[in-house]
Amino acid sequence: MDKPFAITLDVGSSLANKTGSWRTERAVYVDRLPPCQGHCPAGEDVRGWLYDAEDGEEGYERAWRRLVADNPFPAIMGRVCYHPCESACNRKDLDEAVGINSVERFLGDEAIARGWSLDPPATASGKRVLVVGAGPSGLSAAYHLARLGHAVVIHDAGPMVGGMMRFGIPRYRLPREVLDAEVERILDLGVELELNSKITDCEEAMEAGGFDAAFLAIGAGVGRNAYVPAGESAKILDAVSLLHSMEGEQPPMLGRRVVVYGGGNTAMDAARTAKRLGAAEAIVVYRRDRDRMPAHEFEVEEAEEEGVMMRWLSTIKRADEGEIEVERMELDESGFPQPTGEVERLGADSVVLALGQESDLGLVEGVAGIEVEDGVVRVGADLMTGRPGIFAGGDMIPAERTVTVAIGHGKRAARHVDAWLRASVWEEPPEREAAGYEQLNTWYYADAPRSHRAKLEIARRAGTFDEVVHGLDAGNALLEARRCLSCGSCFSCDNCFGVCPDNAVLKLPETGELNPHYRIDLDFCKGCGICVAECPCGAIEMVAEEV
Amino acid sequence: MAAKEIKLYQTGTFAVGNRLLDPEDRTVQARTERSNTLTSGHRACQGCGEALGARYVLDAAMRATDGRLVAANATGCLEVFSTPYPESSWQLPWLHSLFGNAPAVATGMAAALRAKGIDDVRVIGQGGDGGTLDIGFACLSGMFERNDDVLYVCYDNEAYMNTGVQRSGATPPGARTANTKPLGAGAGRDGNTFGQGKNAPLIAMAHEIPYVATATVADLRDLEAKVERAMELRGARYLHVFVPCPLGWGAASRDTIRLARLVKETGLFPVFAAEQGEITEVLKIRRRVPVEEYLRLQRRYAHLFAEPESRDVIDGIQAIADRNIRRFDLLADIEEGADLPGEAIDAAGLPEGQPPIAGRTEEESNLMRMLAETHHGAQ
Repeated sequence: MDKPFAITLDVGSSLANKTGSWRTERAVYVDRLPPCQGHCPAGEDVRGWLYDAEDGEEGYERAWRRLVADNPFPAIMGRVCYHPCESACNRKDLDEAVGINSVERFLGDEAIARGWSLDPPATASGKRVLVVGAGPSGLSAAYHLARLGHAVVIHDAGPMVGGMMRFGIPRYRLPREVLDAEVERILDLGVELELNSKITDCEEAMEAGGFDAAFLAIGAGVGRNAYVPAGESAKILDAVSLLHSMEGEQPPMLGRRVVVYGGGNTAMDAARTAKRLGAAEAIVVYRRDRDRMPAHEFEVEEAEEEGVMMRWLSTIKRADEGEIEVERMELDESGFPQPTGEVERLGADSVVLALGQESDLGLVEGVAGIEVEDGVVRVGADLMTGRPGIFAGGDMIPAERTVTVAIGHGKRAARHVDAWLRASVWEEPPEREAAGYEQLNTWYYADAPRSHRAKLEIARRAGTFDEVVHGLDAGNALLEARRCLSCGSCFSCDNCFGVCPDNAVLKLPETGELNPHYRIDLDFCKGCGICVAECPCGAIEMVAEEV
Repeated sequence: MAAKEIKLYQTGTFAVGNRLLDPEDRTVQARTERSNTLTSGHRACQGCGEALGARYVLDAAMRATDGRLVAANATGCLEVFSTPYPESSWQLPWLHSLFGNAPAVATGMAAALRAKGIDDVRVIGQGGDGGTLDIGFACLSGMFERNDDVLYVCYDNEAYMNTGVQRSGATPPGARTANTKPLGAGAGRDGNTFGQGKNAPLIAMAHEIPYVATATVADLRDLEAKVERAMELRGARYLHVFVPCPLGWGAASRDTIRLARLVKETGLFPVFAAEQGEITEVLKIRRRVPVEEYLRLQRRYAHLFAEPESRDVIDGIQAIADRNIRRFDLLADIEEGADLPGEAIDAAGLPEGQPPIAGRTEEESNLMRMLAETHHGAQ
């Protein structure tokens, strides 16, 4: 016996006592769906690219690459997307939503400034796909199809690429250099683009070009007309043509007082454009009230900041030279506007109609199997029309009409086209459990107020088409990214590792990827649940042990 | 030494670690190389705050002393669950003392090291609130007044837990224990009595020893900074760590840290540090909450909320929190004047016309007198 005086027994370690046997519940790491991603029409892995961006300088390119895996237009999105991700962001219940859109723009602008290019396509599949329409949906589909290895040719009836991103969204919201740079990257993947080539019969075009499938995304580029009784010399035009004419053509003479009829985002764009073209007064006439206006709140605010006037609860009865008749409306119980008979005269040198848009569906007329209903094309859940091999998306199918929705259609259609070409079916990934605010432990997040983007001074907006909203700089873009709560997915804060009274959480080497670098040591986990309660982001849950 | 504030990094000062921070700026507990001084396999209950607190404190002390550390441990839960012969969870030289003499044994260890000329091995004495505040109190006070070179750590879970949850000098008013059972409304006693018990950190401060600090298992950075500061100093030092006990308090095991966070955010447990008898830092309340939010999570207070509700007792507990907030200046400046229950106690039915008790508002004084009459009398 080689032991000190009075010692007869070695010290035994408690490690021999496997307290895991006490457990009735175990902690399990989960990966829940964050609300930003759940609400993104383009299905972007928002939390994932914010996580990369949180690393700063060394993470920006990784973030951008993760972002463009879903959406090739971050710089455009960061300017024109209505960011439903931010409306859904859990942080809005803590202080203010994360400025996802501004970080997206920052990453997009970085990519342009640094000349990052897209990953080259996969091995060529030998299949050819026709895309009709070079707007957001068509370009998005072309991009995803090209990356999947298919040969893509885009036909567009217009003289320039971009669709509504160019002919619908004014440059003060989307500078054309940004649009051109992001489109160019897609064309660099080998996508062929044919402008000024309107397809009138898509089946014929498919046969002539030897295409195996087609994706139609011609948008809704025709302004809807309403009958407004008008005198001979009344000047009436539609908002779509007005915005379209801002691209190269001679802009129309609108006069001093311009009335815009309608309450959507296009109406706001038209009124703001009229101001910039020199109108002293731009008045939006809308038949319902502000709360029921389809335009987004911030668009209305920016328009008002620029001096656009709003006339709610009014319809135009008649237009004459230099003057219109406006009737006051009243909302009935169901919120529908009813005429009151009270008529007023209003000075107006021109009237711009912004009453919605329609698609010119000539190219599918007579194609067997394709059904048109309410002016839009019917598609299945896989975005395929009734004619096998012809898919459709964007504004020409029934859906919300935004750039981001269109881009999302392009992505989904590409997956389905790809599967169809391989004679298989693409299954949407199974829906994940949503990461709710109540699963977060917000104590752990630093108090961090949001960084807002600066805007061009109002005085300088009037006469120019300079971009109104500025971007974040590197410093506050990083802070904004780090405001992400990482809802539902581990971001390596070490809380579980630290708070376990039984040292039953093991820490694994960090890989830089967004997933748990921890493992529960079931030999010793007693199932107390502290790690679950103290996980800031709700990435662990308790699961009953099977008895 | 105040814990370093971590700004602008997703999680700031409050989380254990942070992948975006330099490894050197992370807590000891965030490190894979932490010593796990109290290792796995111990028999503490699920969610034990004391096991967690002991590892937090000792891992930080081990790091601060380069592993040159020995400990004396009073009888109590901490000793029972960690060292059932022949097993031990301790990964440092550790000596089990009697219930009441851990401070004296630690003093002896320090003296022995001095006699042998070893000055780089540091001594920790530790025990629960019963062993520290009640049974070992004379030894502790002696250790303080002699300024022996020991850091004594009290893990306070507010009762004698390993013998079956009996009241200690640290049991708070209103709390149910095995021997402060509520007798029902009107019977004259609603859990532990108001006006009893002692405040060990303030008594320690009165000895004017080099360092006295309080901490909770919810503020890890603060706790580690305090251990580190204590190990920079020589002489008698006292650290009082608030450690929730799921079993004795009738709380969910997952709520251990939440309770420690709430006790500080209510003001019921002021977190501060003092050197040579003077307060040097106070951890401010970040998101102030009424005491009810803390009390309702624990079955030891359930009788206060059963019909008919003991509103006077709840208000009395709130008054304790409010007084702490004033006395220790616990509010960050912007939160001054927050409108919270307990601040506007309904004066109706309270005895009036007497001067306020020192340090208390008139309302609180009246309430205290009333509680003393109705609840104290039953003892």
